[in-house]
Amino acid sequence: MTPRRKRLFAVLAIVAGVAAATALAMLAFEDNLLYFYNPSQVKAGEAPNDRTFRIGGMVTEGSLQRTEGTLKVSFVVTDYRESIPVHYEGLLPDLFREGQGVIAHGRLTGAGEFVADEVLAKHDENYMPPEVAESLHMPTPARSSE
Amino acid sequence: MIPELGHFTLILALLLAIAQAVFSLGGAARRHAGWMAAGRSAVVGQFVFVALSFAALTYAFVQRDFSVLYVATNSNSELPTFYRVAAVWGAHEGSLLLWSLSLAIWSLAATALSGSLDLPFRSRVIGILGLISIGFLLFMLTTSNPFERLVPAASDGNDLNPLLQDFALAIHPPILYMGYVGFAVAFAFACATLLEGRLDAAWARWTRPWTLAAWLCLTIGIALGSWWAYYELGWGGWWFWDPVENASFMPWLAGTALIHSLAVTEKRGLFKSWTLLLAVTAFSLSLLGTFLVRSGVLISVHAFATDPARGIFILGFLTAVIGGALLLYAWRAPQLKSSAGFEVTSRESFLLFNNAFLVAALGLILLGTLYPLFMDALELGKISVGPPYFELVFLVPMLPLLALLGVGMHAAWKRGLLSGARNRLLAIGGTALVVSLVAGAAVYGEIRPLTTIGFALALWVMGSSLAILVARLRARLPIPGAVLGMVIAHFGVGVSTLGITGVQSFKIEKDVALAVGEAATVADYDFRLTALRDVKGPNFLAVEADVVVSRAGQQVTILHPQKRLYNSGGNPMTEAGIEVGAGRDLFAALGDDLGQGRWSLRLQYKPLIRYIWLGALLIALGGGIAAFDRRYRRRAESTVAATEAAATTGRR
Repeated sequence: MTPRRKRLFAVLAIVAGVAAATALAMLAFEDNLLYFYNPSQVKAGEAPNDRTFRIGGMVTEGSLQRTEGTLKVSFVVTDYRESIPVHYEGLLPDLFREGQGVIAHGRLTGAGEFVADEVLAKHDENYMPPEVAESLHMPTPARSSE
Repeated sequence: MIPELGHFTLILALLLAIAQAVFSLGGAARRHAGWMAAGRSAVVGQFVFVALSFAALTYAFVQRDFSVLYVATNSNSELPTFYRVAAVWGAHEGSLLLWSLSLAIWSLAATALSGSLDLPFRSRVIGILGLISIGFLLFMLTTSNPFERLVPAASDGNDLNPLLQDFALAIHPPILYMGYVGFAVAFAFACATLLEGRLDAAWARWTRPWTLAAWLCLTIGIALGSWWAYYELGWGGWWFWDPVENASFMPWLAGTALIHSLAVTEKRGLFKSWTLLLAVTAFSLSLLGTFLVRSGVLISVHAFATDPARGIFILGFLTAVIGGALLLYAWRAPQLKSSAGFEVTSRESFLLFNNAFLVAALGLILLGTLYPLFMDALELGKISVGPPYFELVFLVPMLPLLALLGVGMHAAWKRGLLSGARNRLLAIGGTALVVSLVAGAAVYGEIRPLTTIGFALALWVMGSSLAILVARLRARLPIPGAVLGMVIAHFGVGVSTLGITGVQSFKIEKDVALAVGEAATVADYDFRLTALRDVKGPNFLAVEADVVVSRAGQQVTILHPQKRLYNSGGNPMTEAGIEVGAGRDLFAALGDDLGQGRWSLRLQYKPLIRYIWLGALLIALGGGIAAFDRRYRRRAESTVAATEAAATTGRR
């Protein structure tokens, strides 16, 4: 092979490799990008009905209810404008508490309630989930029209 | 008084770092021996003063000096002494000081052990290390001073985050930072080479042990972090693809690519500019990682921007280091031509594939880690990239990488695969596939495609690593440290693959609600809650459960998971009860009191999980053995480029 053809092959191989990596990234992004909505956005119908997403806000004081002796819990997530009831069955994280920030992953039911398959709280006890902190400080709920 | 001394020695260290950079780089440019000697002395001085400063902060923690803001924020009078020391690097300011101390140690070592290098080259390396040090010390002194006083002093401290009150996590940051910062040496070597515009085999031989040493620290640091997340975060995961974890994993991938590419550069004089680029990349990702974790940018892009001093400094420093190095690279790298051919089945070509797959995985992980930050910064919506993304983009390049790894080790430089090796490899590959099918069916009772591939690849890599030793022993060839290290590290890769495949394929996690006397079944194990009691620790109160695990009526073990409440307040902490076994871990974590005498528990069966970390330790051990290969300690004939020719003829 001449050096010129060699270089051509090398360039083609790099292009093919980058193309393959990009295709892989697109494919992997497809189903695994998780969008975040606050209760106002969910109430406004911006959140999808057909796929999972994350909802976040503050756990309303006094809203935590357990079905005694089982793992079933429900609580209300609020951004102080709108509230969405959340149902979950499983262990709540150590940092979960009424009056503190929370993020739940799951999907919306027809009745406008959220069924979570995962409830998240981050490692630091002073830590408010960033999406929650920001959505609480948002001046108007309408910004999300973009 | 002591904190002020600490602050003062930090300022002196900065001045010495400036002297180190100016005299070393200036001396190298002007060929002034006196200046270059002054630069070397500054390295020693800087180390002494950074160490004194670090000692001062440690002293403030041990003495419970709550008039220092950082001490008051991150420790408390009840905290045991060991954790008061570990609290030094428990938050932003102190971890930057630890970073600077690591850099001072690496600089000192690099200066002390580079006596046989060409003097101007050696000075340039020292000067570049000085420049990096200036950046960090300046950042600390202007925006993150750990010695800031609290007026009036607090009567007691706020406490170290209970999650960090743990042995593995106490030693995790120093080891991880030794890894991160160690890549600074390879980076400085690369920049010095670019400044001089020439690269010979001696350069690669000099860089290899340093890179290996840094890389092995990083390997151990990452493994410790994963192990800690498994038992301390309470929920039994061993890797979450969290940005904080990715921040340490990306430099590791770049470092892994670098040590392989360095092998080609040393033995064959190829891939020169690529190797330099990887050296720059590995350290750039270390810097990026440090700042991702420590600057608060992950908590909120906008919060990061609201602390302009820190944010702008960080962006400026990253731009200066990475941009400067890349500019230098663009300017000088074209001068470094390498022209030698190699066969498609030669070792060079396998190492090329190794680099391509590692860099592909690295790029895709970087994309997934930074994408949410960009989207957020551009106000395009709040998204996060889920673990399945990372699992897919990591798995796809790793499968061919592992498959080729087994062959590549047996390929000769330049010429390609010999027929003897070919038959041997076919036998190993066939055996690996059959064993993985049979073992999967016999032990776990089912055959799944991805599981079979995973086990087969694990056995393939382990077998083909051992075959190197067997072949050498049979041929009565010596086994130098570099070969032994390679074999052990690659065997470790196989062991980790075995663990990852096992746990990802067959793990069982179950959340249950149990009252005392009730039981739940996980896999074929019976978990029975037999007692609940209150216990008192040095600085916490806890509820402890007895969970008796039995199998087929035979008692296996009793687990003691705890729910802790630290006296300093804050949220409860889960301490899991874990039974370690050769084939599986049994895991119980205590949740909440559910009423009616029931507690929530998370029970888990984790097959082969220990092999993930055992493999990582073998990888690090292999790196260590290779780094201490005797030929690196030979005084390098750094000016004789002819050694390159001699090195290419023999197999390693």
